[in-house]
Amino acid sequence: MRHLLGIADLQNSDIDTLFSNAQIFSNQKHPATSVWKRKKLLTLFLENSTRTVVSFEAAARNLGAEVIHFQAKSSSLQKGETLIDTGRNIQAMGVDGVVLRSDKSGSPQLLAQALSIPVINAGDGMHEHPTQALLDTWTLHKHWGSLQGKRVLLLGDIKHSRVARSNMLLWKRMGMDVSACGPPTFLPLGLDSVWGVKRVTDLDQALETADAVYCLRVQRERMGAMLIPSTTEYRHFWGLTRKRTSLLKKGAVVLHPGPTNRGVEVDPEVADGPHSKIIEQVQNGVWMRMAVLDWVAT
Amino acid sequence: MDANGCSGLGRNMILTGAILKDPQHALHNRPVDLHMEGEVITSIQPTGEGAAQSEKSGRSVDLGGLWIFPGLIDIHVHFREPGLEHKETIRSGSRAAVAGGFTSVACMANTQPVNDSAFVCESIVQSAKKDAACRVFPIGAVTRGLRGLELADIGGLAEAGAVAISDDGMPVMNSFLMRQALEYAGHFSIPVVSHAEDAHLVGKGCMNEGKQSELLGLHGNPTAAEEIMVARDIALARLTRSRVHIAHLTSALALRHIVRAKEEGLAVTCEVSPHHLSLSDEDVGNYNTHCKMAPPLRTAQDVEALQEGVAKGWIDCFATDHAPHHSEEKNVEFENAPFGITGLQSAVGITMELVQKNVITLDRWIEAWTSRPASLFPALAKKSLGRLAVGGPADLMVFDPQTNWEYNLKNNASKSANSPFLGRSWKGQVVWTVVAGVIRYDRAKRI
Repeated sequence: MRHLLGIADLQNSDIDTLFSNAQIFSNQKHPATSVWKRKKLLTLFLENSTRTVVSFEAAARNLGAEVIHFQAKSSSLQKGETLIDTGRNIQAMGVDGVVLRSDKSGSPQLLAQALSIPVINAGDGMHEHPTQALLDTWTLHKHWGSLQGKRVLLLGDIKHSRVARSNMLLWKRMGMDVSACGPPTFLPLGLDSVWGVKRVTDLDQALETADAVYCLRVQRERMGAMLIPSTTEYRHFWGLTRKRTSLLKKGAVVLHPGPTNRGVEVDPEVADGPHSKIIEQVQNGVWMRMAVLDWVAT
Repeated sequence: MDANGCSGLGRNMILTGAILKDPQHALHNRPVDLHMEGEVITSIQPTGEGAAQSEKSGRSVDLGGLWIFPGLIDIHVHFREPGLEHKETIRSGSRAAVAGGFTSVACMANTQPVNDSAFVCESIVQSAKKDAACRVFPIGAVTRGLRGLELADIGGLAEAGAVAISDDGMPVMNSFLMRQALEYAGHFSIPVVSHAEDAHLVGKGCMNEGKQSELLGLHGNPTAAEEIMVARDIALARLTRSRVHIAHLTSALALRHIVRAKEEGLAVTCEVSPHHLSLSDEDVGNYNTHCKMAPPLRTAQDVEALQEGVAKGWIDCFATDHAPHHSEEKNVEFENAPFGITGLQSAVGITMELVQKNVITLDRWIEAWTSRPASLFPALAKKSLGRLAVGGPADLMVFDPQTNWEYNLKNNASKSANSPFLGRSWKGQVVWTVVAGVIRYDRAKRI
């Protein structure tokens, strides 16, 4: 039994295991044997989500688990029960694992300290979203066959993004060459010193040399006022428009964690175009989450 | 507290053989015989030189090998009474105070209701008279309800016993209102204590902005928020020729402003908490809510600068910012946890360790816990607190410099236990805390 709270929980050998198991699951779909058969998985979502919760549910069902879904606003949870109390009650009901999504950074750590069943972080505040990073990186790995030295450009709101944080940790671990571009108010102060990520200001030039572009969502629900003047201005300077996409190398790929704001950070023609791996990311998400569920339970 | 307080041991006592530790006294660092009668000190003489002492009534106690300090003064605590008694009361908080060596504390106004009127202030004074183990001085609010919109009844507060005013926890963002407060409070000889943070720049910040907040995905609070407010308060002190005291300083950059203001001769003073002198934002670790307070723990460089600030006297005094919270309130997501940690019982250990490591001198340590804080609040100085003097109050702390002791849940006297220092041990232990001639804490008995 183990938790997956962040990328730091994974040894390099674990990452190899997850990649190869995700590959196996993508071929078998419904494995004959599974540690999750007749087990119960709770998806505890304290923040809105569509694809992540469905992806986990599909993955769990493929493994033969029963899924119980609980959705609440963490603010309403706060009014009465604490997260720890909720977790203990759930464990008492005989649940075998929890997938937690929360708008508060560190929530999965708190829950994991209180429970003796696996906790999987499905996104906590601005902190991490490790299963997203794993499925993204596996998608790139499948495409190229290796990751070492590949150039990936993070584009957009990195400062408020848990997806960016988990990906930066994983990509640096895999020896990739990571750079970032976006409005200064969307970039963390420690981009270089904390994350080892180069800041680029000339987007067009960066697009010409990138092997992959990872578009981050303009997270309207997470930003207060005063971060950027308007989404129109965002698209003008940092949007992955059709025109900008023409600068990409032939084999370069475009990724996005979804949901996309079409016409803001990415044009519809790009999201649906030949460079796009966006739908494949979603497909891979199910196999990778099967691999993660298997990994935490063994 | 002044009036009765006859519980505990006998009122007349002769303490013999302990080494006097008060740099203001001629017998500093010498063994003395100290007589207490009633609430006051009646004589201090070199050991063995006082004639016919044994004829005086009272119990004689040999304190050879121990030290006697003036009772320590903490000008920044939160006792949560009235309204938040599940966290702390004047009774429990003052017991934590005497267990930590403190004989006087000043409690902040963010109670429920807020201490923004004579009515609330008087109730705190009454409660302290009835329940407190040490002297408890209320600090009134600067603005009504700490809302930062209009002045509280500052004159009435002063009349009812408030020794200072502060909106601690809620910075007075309106500079005009702060100016008015400084000018108005001056008439009543009560200083304004500023929680110096720009609330807009702090925003949702719940820890220091830097590498650690970045790694934890938490909103950061940049030191610039403190720097800006300290600079503003200095400008207002200059403008109004008033005294301003900066609470819980945390950053090297803000300290620079203070140093310059002092060189200019402005009446700007400041305090630092033991936790800001010993912990950094790295101690937040894995979302440890016992390391969440406002202003936040800064970097190791800031810690070093603050230590130097105390050593050089740029930082006037220590203050604990003792901020108790119930474990249910702290055992939640970091962002949801309230700001603040308890500090009264760990304060001596943490700061004495700086003396043992030769970061500050013992004389500076004594001054920063006794005479300096007393001098910052005129009401305390008027009572001759913070020093050992014949005719002055018999407020003192007897200290054993050799014994190790551990701060733990068993000896924690506060109602709350939200301290990152539980389980830590230090060299040196409070033996007795004597308030107005009465032993209010005894390590042997745990009164």
